[in-house]
Amino acid sequence: MAGITGKDATLTAYAEALAKAPKGRSLTQDAFRRLSRNKAAVVSIFVVVAIVLFAFVGPYFAPWAYDKVDWSSIRKPPNFDKGHYLGTDANGRDMLARVMQGTQMSLIVAFVATMVSVVIGITYGAIAGYFGGKVDAVMMRFVDIMYALPYILFVIILVVIFGRSPVLLFVGIGCLEWLTMARIVRGQTLSLKQREFIEAAKAGGAGPFTIIFRHIVPNLTGPVVIYATLTIPEIIITESFLSYLGLGVQEPQTSLGTLISAGAPVIETLPWMLLVPAAVLITMLLCLTYLGDGLRDALDPKDR
Amino acid sequence: MADVLVVDGLDVTFELHESEVKAVSNLDFSLAEGETLAVVGESGSGKSQAFLSIMGLLARNGRASGRAMMGDVNLIGLPPSELDRYRGKDIAMIFQDPMTSLNPSLRLRTQLAEVLVRHQGYDNDKAYRAVIEMLERVGIPEPVKRANAYPHELSGGMRQRVMIAMALLCRPKILIADEPTTALDVTVQAQMLDLFKTLTNDFGTALVLITHDLGVVAGVADRMMVMYGGRCIEKGPTDNLFYDPRHPYTLGLLHSTPHVGKRAARLDPIQGLPPSLEHLPKGCAFHPRCAFRFERCFEERPPLLPVEDVREKACWYQGELKYGKVA
Amino acid sequence: MLDRTEDLLKVENLSKNFSISAGLFSRPFQLRALQDINFTVKRGETLGIVGESGCGKSTLGRCILQLLSPDEGKVLWLGQDISRLPEAEMRKKRRDLQIIFQDPLASLNPRMTVGEIIADPLKTLMPEVDAKGRRERVIKTMEAVGLLPEMINRYPHEFSGGQAQRIGIARALISEPKLIVCDEPVSALDVSIQAQILNLLSDLKERLGLTLIFISHNLSVVRHVSDRIMVLYLGRIVELAEGDDLYEDPKHPYTRALLTAVPIPDPKRARQRSIEGLVGEIPSPINQPSGCTFRTRCRFAQPRCAEKVPTLETLPDGRGVACIRWQEIELASGA
Repeated sequence: MAGITGKDATLTAYAEALAKAPKGRSLTQDAFRRLSRNKAAVVSIFVVVAIVLFAFVGPYFAPWAYDKVDWSSIRKPPNFDKGHYLGTDANGRDMLARVMQGTQMSLIVAFVATMVSVVIGITYGAIAGYFGGKVDAVMMRFVDIMYALPYILFVIILVVIFGRSPVLLFVGIGCLEWLTMARIVRGQTLSLKQREFIEAAKAGGAGPFTIIFRHIVPNLTGPVVIYATLTIPEIIITESFLSYLGLGVQEPQTSLGTLISAGAPVIETLPWMLLVPAAVLITMLLCLTYLGDGLRDALDPKDR
Repeated sequence: MADVLVVDGLDVTFELHESEVKAVSNLDFSLAEGETLAVVGESGSGKSQAFLSIMGLLARNGRASGRAMMGDVNLIGLPPSELDRYRGKDIAMIFQDPMTSLNPSLRLRTQLAEVLVRHQGYDNDKAYRAVIEMLERVGIPEPVKRANAYPHELSGGMRQRVMIAMALLCRPKILIADEPTTALDVTVQAQMLDLFKTLTNDFGTALVLITHDLGVVAGVADRMMVMYGGRCIEKGPTDNLFYDPRHPYTLGLLHSTPHVGKRAARLDPIQGLPPSLEHLPKGCAFHPRCAFRFERCFEERPPLLPVEDVREKACWYQGELKYGKVA
Repeated sequence: MLDRTEDLLKVENLSKNFSISAGLFSRPFQLRALQDINFTVKRGETLGIVGESGCGKSTLGRCILQLLSPDEGKVLWLGQDISRLPEAEMRKKRRDLQIIFQDPLASLNPRMTVGEIIADPLKTLMPEVDAKGRRERVIKTMEAVGLLPEMINRYPHEFSGGQAQRIGIARALISEPKLIVCDEPVSALDVSIQAQILNLLSDLKERLGLTLIFISHNLSVVRHVSDRIMVLYLGRIVELAEGDDLYEDPKHPYTRALLTAVPIPDPKRARQRSIEGLVGEIPSPINQPSGCTFRTRCRFAQPRCAEKVPTLETLPDGRGVACIRWQEIELASGA
């Protein structure tokens, strides 16, 4: 096979020219094409982007800061002259600014916790699934035990250890949320490792970690992305619940859950304190669920 | 002999996201009582879709038009409730993978007897006796014991026998077998082909054998029909097509099939790839791969015309087809 | 010229069992996939391995490549036992030993482009080749297997079965191996494509001086490509002979039955032939018959066949037969 090792200039030139050879359609591009045909999902993407902009860019344009107290208007309904477009709360803070900050906090928390759970879940699940046998048995029994423990207990322990730092707390929540992800990834890995391309990689001399991260993990994109989009709302709800219990973010910072818990008792007298944060939360959850469904259809076209 | 099925101008179309694909175009053929017709073609030739459409089993985005006359009933376009009166009773179909056609959670006797109870109005006892008799007929040892088994407890060959038994329970006039032996080992395959031969002789059932394997065809078929790109390109008695193929594609298929009896230095395959139905070439669909093409083939599609008395072909080339020329 | 007498690969007393778990508290079953396999492969030849499903032919291919580790016995590659090598040492040998798979699409990672797939083995097997060198090799190999180099950036799902199999072949060839195990490489392909791939394999073999182990259930295909052929039944070699000898004068009753069952693409001969039918079905590999494992389906079986496992007897002309009655059978059938 001397010809292959011998280099010649024409071949080199050809190789360079081919760097610009027509690109094929990757599976991801295919999935995006299918997603773009799903109206509900496209609308959801726009709404989610709008909410993200509202939460992160909005505060720069809002007339009031989220922790600024306006002594002249406490418990007041929307008042356009003073710039309290959504009214004020019991302490005279502007609701619009607080909803923006709360949404921002909820999004950060959801994103951080989901990322943590995705990273841990994929690594753990892929390793357990790929090695199988005893490694798998031990690793998955550990997951089972973690499942059996009440998470609220963990949260309280975490709060005791980390103090009430929201981001650290939600890194902690992510560390608990990975359990389901690990199970999903393990199941997928078990079926993926039977595929012949994994054997081909072994025959090509690839070691176990190369196989896991080069050949298995990229093929997990579908289930992982779908599950992650569904985890985000779950974490937002968890955060709301914890904030409701008083374990979440600390005043004067706020989150959607905290706002709702503050608004709920005064629904009859100060309805604007509940309605807006609740509407944002519901819209966001609905959109993420539609997006998750859309992604599932786009990534697994067979299951339709 | 009387024709049990006459198909005339059968078209099958599938609707895809942005386009329409014609899987079968203008298919005509007839099937006589007790004869075995082999339908030969590669994947995407439309051979399976043509018969699924006759059985009313097309996928949801598929549509069939034309006529498939069984007696004076046109099976195409019949609503499912009407079709159920004939399906399983007068016309039955078996598939490559018997496991997908059997309900894994029911005992075989239950599944088989159900067919008779539904179509023939047998009572359970009578149906059970008929089932045992039929299982014995298709060569299943210890039929009483096997009838109580679940599908997963049988080997692949046994399952395929059960499927044949199920298909033959109502003594259908027509049995359509879609790649029935492809998943089986050679020894089992040979047994199945023998079984087909005996059964068509004994019951007078007309058999349609859909396959890509010319070795299977040679042993059992009386006539064959070769399909390419959704159309029939040659049909006639099996011996004529094997020993004197008139269409370059048929010739190419024969030269692509390795023969266990002789070892050629090289096979003489057809070049190129089968066309995708979405982008069928203009003119004759086979022309890009054909060694005998000339200008006319690029522009005009050849119609299926009679050659001699008993056979037809769709090809403009009228000269002699010589071995080794399909290169 | 190649030295066709050198033993490239030698397999000695190879056995492989699989444990089938029977639940948490039961002892697992032992599935005996391969037992006491002995053979050699000479440089430049094609050894065909045939048998029905479940006979262990694919397991044997994977044991040779150390994709599965054998329980007993040795796999000698150029005289060195590779069955006990640590993984790091084995990786160096993988350059010489490659494999082509049955299902062309399943054997290609759907998330990688054709260029990446073909170049993948080079990264681990030939780390000395740089990115530019890899690209040049990929292009040369693509041309060698009849793929247009313009397709380098496409993804596997954009190819048909036959083209995908060419990609699989290119991946196997890129490290310039000496031996390629072809595991049912054409079974999933259309007839006309099958013939193209078979021709491609024999061309490449001649041009690159490859040695092939060709595993298939299709006896016609195996005959077409192989110099010598091994017949497996329930994990044991029942016959091993030169291709023409085996097909024209089979000695083992199983080989005889198998050959009469092969469909012949010739209507007149197909109608005339008589099938030496096999009785019943393959026994379960978990619960194998005593003595000769084929006796439960053999027309010539006698009580003494149950006593001990027949050894692979080597005849003067070099062929091997594992049947205690092959001479009597030959006389009886008047050959």
